[in-house]
Amino acid sequence: MLDNAAIQHDTALSPVIVTRAKTTMRTAELTGKRAGSIEVRTTRDQENTDWVACIIAIRDTQDEAAFARLFGHFAPRVKAFLMRSGTDATMAEECTQEVMATLWQKAHLFDPTRASAATWIFTIARNRKIDALRKQKRPEPEDLPWGQDPEPDQADTLVLQQETAQLGAAIAALPDKQRDLIEKAYFGDLTHSEIADETGLPLGTIKSRIRLALDRLRHAMK
Amino acid sequence: MTRTPITHHLNDALLMSYSAGTLPEAFNLTVATHISMCDDCRARLGAFDSVGGALIEGCESVAMGTDSLAATLNRIRAAPVSAPLTQNANTVPTSRVPAPLRDYIGDDLNAVRWRSVGMGVKQAILTTSRDATARLLYIPAGAAVPDHGHRGTELTLVLQGAFCDEVDRFGPGDIEVADEDLTHTPVADIGLDCICLAATDAPLRFRGLMPRIAQPFLRI
Repeated sequence: MLDNAAIQHDTALSPVIVTRAKTTMRTAELTGKRAGSIEVRTTRDQENTDWVACIIAIRDTQDEAAFARLFGHFAPRVKAFLMRSGTDATMAEECTQEVMATLWQKAHLFDPTRASAATWIFTIARNRKIDALRKQKRPEPEDLPWGQDPEPDQADTLVLQQETAQLGAAIAALPDKQRDLIEKAYFGDLTHSEIADETGLPLGTIKSRIRLALDRLRHAMK
Repeated sequence: MTRTPITHHLNDALLMSYSAGTLPEAFNLTVATHISMCDDCRARLGAFDSVGGALIEGCESVAMGTDSLAATLNRIRAAPVSAPLTQNANTVPTSRVPAPLRDYIGDDLNAVRWRSVGMGVKQAILTTSRDATARLLYIPAGAAVPDHGHRGTELTLVLQGAFCDEVDRFGPGDIEVADEDLTHTPVADIGLDCICLAATDAPLRFRGLMPRIAQPFLRI
């Protein structure tokens, strides 16, 4: 029974993305993969690492210049995200300011070994969206009992930023039809059935396209 | 305390929808509670969140208002300066109730106000948004929850004890994702009363006559 369940889990789910995410978790001080994967740094890695440095600068020295850089890059993206989810321009502007202010206020909670700046900002924006659009609270998982290190490990941080760049490239390389559905699933504030209604595609087609897209991403992250 | 390994996990669709923020509150609660107990799904959620991050990074942008940076800095300055919360400030490490659920029922499973639904089974409906229902189920050791099917999706997360149904055995931390194709009769293990957190997006469908009549009254 145990074996059966384990197999079901592995095939139905995500061995590679799991491995990928686990490298970001301190429980899984995994394998020799880490040492091998520090390679040539691309521009995007460099950018990701710079955003991390900006957030650390806000945390440590309330650095307004660093905040202005983050704001210039991310605020227009957060605003676009909120507008695609169905908020009007005025509300999106307002919510984006709140999201960016939250970034400042919670900078001490940012852990660059677990998320890139973009991922962390995405989660703040998503929670603000749920609050603004649906007036619902959002139950969040309990924090890990070991908390976070005061000084995140440099190598872990670097690996995570590289993998983030790799994932971004893999998403950009998806076939249009698949990327489109992934974007709708994240940005549209639509359930899969609502996407079916909106696009006129059968629900089964939507589910299988999303599955194919995830398979491709897993393959790319190997 | 030794923890038995969790063998029944969330599927991709649920994790992705949780990450995207499109699930009803009752499902968010159940997913967040499972993730609090399951490092594997926590790691997978991290991966789905990073898809969201990559999409934000890659998406087009909409220009902010001309004074918005200054306005945001003003907001920051106007906000009350509070001592930074440590991540675990409000967790009670000794509690058996995972943090997301604690916000709904407090930290004592014994203090839940149960209502009988018959055959020894009890439930407590939690207050969430109305697009789906979250409830705690109390199944006495050895007892069965009446045979039922679902119109929508039902998530059942074991908090204490264990149950078996036509699919498998589910122990602490395990989550069963049942869709309309599944009609099942969960039976609690002998030895320990079983407590589950369950979320449904449509009423359960009992096969016997009596429960169906009782259903609208009991909100099963």
